[in-house]
Amino acid sequence: MPNIVFSVIARDLKLAMRRQADIVSALFFFVIVVSLFPLGIGPEVDLLRQLAPGILWVAALLATMLSLPRLFADDYRDGTLEQLALAPHPLGLVVTGKVIAHWLVSGLPLALITPVLGIQFDLSTDALLVLTGAILIGTPALSGIGAIGAALTLGLRGGGILLSLLVLPLYIPVLIFGAGAVDATVSGLGGEGHLSLLAAMTIAAIGFAPWASAAALKIALE
Amino acid sequence: MNDRFNLYRFAAPATFYPLAGKMIPWFVAAGILFGLAGLYIGMLVAPTDFQQGEGYRIIFVHVPTSWMSMFIYLVMAFWAAIGLAFNTRLSGMMARALAPTGALMAFLSLWTGALWGKPMWGTWWVWDARLTSELILLFLYIGYMALVAAIDDPRRGDKAGGILLLVGVVNIPIIYFSVKWWNTLHQGSSVNLTKSSMAEIMLWGMLLMALAFWMYSIAIALARVRTIMLERERHTDWVRQELAGDSQ
Amino acid sequence: MIYWNSFSDFLAMGGYGLYVWGSFGVTTLIMVLEPIAVARNRKTTIARLKRQLRAESRSTEA
Repeated sequence: MPNIVFSVIARDLKLAMRRQADIVSALFFFVIVVSLFPLGIGPEVDLLRQLAPGILWVAALLATMLSLPRLFADDYRDGTLEQLALAPHPLGLVVTGKVIAHWLVSGLPLALITPVLGIQFDLSTDALLVLTGAILIGTPALSGIGAIGAALTLGLRGGGILLSLLVLPLYIPVLIFGAGAVDATVSGLGGEGHLSLLAAMTIAAIGFAPWASAAALKIALE
Repeated sequence: MNDRFNLYRFAAPATFYPLAGKMIPWFVAAGILFGLAGLYIGMLVAPTDFQQGEGYRIIFVHVPTSWMSMFIYLVMAFWAAIGLAFNTRLSGMMARALAPTGALMAFLSLWTGALWGKPMWGTWWVWDARLTSELILLFLYIGYMALVAAIDDPRRGDKAGGILLLVGVVNIPIIYFSVKWWNTLHQGSSVNLTKSSMAEIMLWGMLLMALAFWMYSIAIALARVRTIMLERERHTDWVRQELAGDSQ
Repeated sequence: MIYWNSFSDFLAMGGYGLYVWGSFGVTTLIMVLEPIAVARNRKTTIARLKRQLRAESRSTEA
């Protein structure tokens, strides 16, 4: 059964590679938004160090939002989605594959560039490590929850803005624990608790969200 | 067997529409009675709170609106679950009819919370766990209303809205606890809106006011669902009759 | 039974008048405006549906 997950991942990655510009744009969006904050706040190092986790996380949420409308839209337009929905394997598994592929092209690059951006904010090595780890662990949850929003808004006019309206409030726990992990590390409390909760959210989101998205997709396809 | 039949009969718009019309005046009357009693006790009879002075009287609207804002979301999620499980037409309409009232309740809860916070905390807004969660709840209401408004096909809108409500209701406890944890981590305010040491008379006032808001919400939701029904079922015979007969 | 000594005391709310009446005022305002909005929406919907119905019956007669 999980074969379907892997084949969907492989297919989506291949498609994504044909549109590398999209991946790079989302990544640059992330970099630019993060770099704008010091310009708005001022170059005070202590303040920036304190704000960095929140800023990077909010920017990561927004960057993830950017690529979500495309998650199902192309497959919906060319009829692939309909075929996948009619196929014998559960649609939830297909969506799981799409979510993982989405994370690989959107969340993973964000996590990889986070250390560089963290240096701009003069984060300590520990804080950098935890922040990168948190983004690495937390972004799959963003892709998972985002898939529900993408499925619900599929084919609607103004879908992109609507999508962020639906999904951003649901991202709040990830934001709190993601940024909180860094704060806890800096203050000496240790961020392990936060990171494990973040991991729990990711597991729950990857486990459940695809099935909710699949239900939403079936409604959109009716 | 007979029970099931009756349940379906009442869930049919043609039966529910006149029934709702008959129920509205009763809920309005009950709401006015509870409201007057609650206002009398809360505003005229209840003594002052020795810690918060007369400013505590805001809780007579703040607490009921907060309760209603949360309760209405749960009721909407309940209708959503029914609608998705049994494919009933009424469920989606009920959820739609409740949403604006729930959003207004959340807004009122925030508004009164701010007016309470200014004299008590010294600022209009505190990132207190409850106020923050209430704000997020308002966002969830707005998201639901925006989604159902964006979908032209009403049945698809009902179902998509239903899924969003269920996802939301699963997330609300997670959001609430994460906000609470975030709040204690950042040493939020230690003052609470509701005091456990409240005098009994104040509790009565609050309870009556909560009942008043409950009745109000039911009445307004029923009124709204009637209009939605006419719109949805405009091609059916009962709506034609309803419109032909001089109903206002 | 009544806690207040005078009406002006009641209005002043021990110095919290602005906040207390601000809360109750806006709540009342919304609880008046919402039913009005619902009633008006109902009226326009019914008028529109009647117009549609008339248009339909005319087109079937013709």
